[in-house]
Amino acid sequence: MAEHHTKQAAAPAEGKGAHLSAVPSDAERAGQAHFDEIIAKDSRIEPRDWMPEGYRKTLTRQISQHAHSEIIGMQPEANWITRAPSLKRKAILMAKVQDEAGHGLYLYSAAETLGTPRDELNDQLLSGRAKYSSIFNYPARTWADMGAIGWLVDGAAIANQVPLCRASYGPYGRAMVRVCKEESFHQRQGFEILLELANGSDQQKQMAQDAVDRFYEPSLMMFGPPDGDSPNSQQSMAWNIKRFTNDDLRQRFVGMIVEQVKVLGLTLPDPELRFDEESGQWIHKELNWDEFKAVISGNGPCNVQRLARRREAHENGAWVREAAAAYAAQQAEKVA
Amino acid sequence: MTENNSWPLFEVFVRSSRGLSHVHAGSLHAPDAEMAVRNARDLYTRRNEGVSLWVVKSADIITSDPDSKDQFFESPKGKDYRHATYYTKSEGVKHL
Ligand SMILES: [Fe+2]
Ligand SMILES: [Fe+2]
Repeated sequence: MAEHHTKQAAAPAEGKGAHLSAVPSDAERAGQAHFDEIIAKDSRIEPRDWMPEGYRKTLTRQISQHAHSEIIGMQPEANWITRAPSLKRKAILMAKVQDEAGHGLYLYSAAETLGTPRDELNDQLLSGRAKYSSIFNYPARTWADMGAIGWLVDGAAIANQVPLCRASYGPYGRAMVRVCKEESFHQRQGFEILLELANGSDQQKQMAQDAVDRFYEPSLMMFGPPDGDSPNSQQSMAWNIKRFTNDDLRQRFVGMIVEQVKVLGLTLPDPELRFDEESGQWIHKELNWDEFKAVISGNGPCNVQRLARRREAHENGAWVREAAAAYAAQQAEKVA
Repeated sequence: MTENNSWPLFEVFVRSSRGLSHVHAGSLHAPDAEMAVRNARDLYTRRNEGVSLWVVKSADIITSDPDSKDQFFESPKGKDYRHATYYTKSEGVKHL
């Protein structure tokens, strides 16, 4: 507990920018040695431990981007809450979207333990400076997309997140444990939506297939660029933040969905897809990395809309925050 | 954009069922303690994870000094005799 830089806890050596001097001080050398020892033992770094500036920066970026993704990721699905086909599906979808909000909040808390305040993280998102997962910049066109998103998007997220439960940074790992526990329902409810549609009318089955066709490739891209094109992966693995490479995780995921799609009675839109016995690798079609780069840097189909909606929600909530703060101040005065 | 600045951080502790201790679950920002408890319910007990909640302002938690952790926790080291496993002569004696 007291995971955060509380007033008493903020030891001077931990202050921001304390490690920027060219010549390491004795305290820094000792800190680095302690850090290296913990990483070598595959133990956990906690917020008040000394850590290299690069480690702090990398984690702050990764955890906050992850948080932003959860928050923005509420939008494509929230879009369908009012049009869910039954009360049961509506309740399920609301629970799922609420979970994603929760995931965002767990992750923001974890990111804050590294020293960047919540407002600043929020501001990075609202101002468009921060990145978030490219997948959420694709539109959710039909009800079947709720199925494809749950099955493929949450599925890919789970494949990514399970190893992160063992990330070397304690608060991140703990947040991921909580997230992973909740995610499995997300994937199953999506799978069930597709299964029902696939066993429905021809039109419904077509709708399910169309959703899978559109989300297959973007979901494979959620694992990030190919290993050869992912310069930071190596350092993240050396720091025990990442446990597997992007391509390893993608391979594992393809191996799972290739079996699951048979149960659905649908197909993956990838005629080239095959398992190569010799290399032990799934060979899937060439992914469109130009599209990935375009979407992640702001030019996907829904980037503008997603950010505008997020800003609008933030601004519309201002009166609630102001009222709550005013009430708290008034109550505090009464007590004093 | 920074109106949230004044909302303090709270640490949240959840008792998962009767007979167990409250365990640290995470943290959240809230304008006051009452809202912190409500938010904690929504954030940390969406699936019956708890029967009781504690929240405490993070700033009110007093912690051991992170820079002296080795010395601070040194005294129990080398005192194996505080563990039952230290006493091996009674090996094989039943119910001991
Ligand atoms: Fe999530
Ligand atoms: Fe999810």
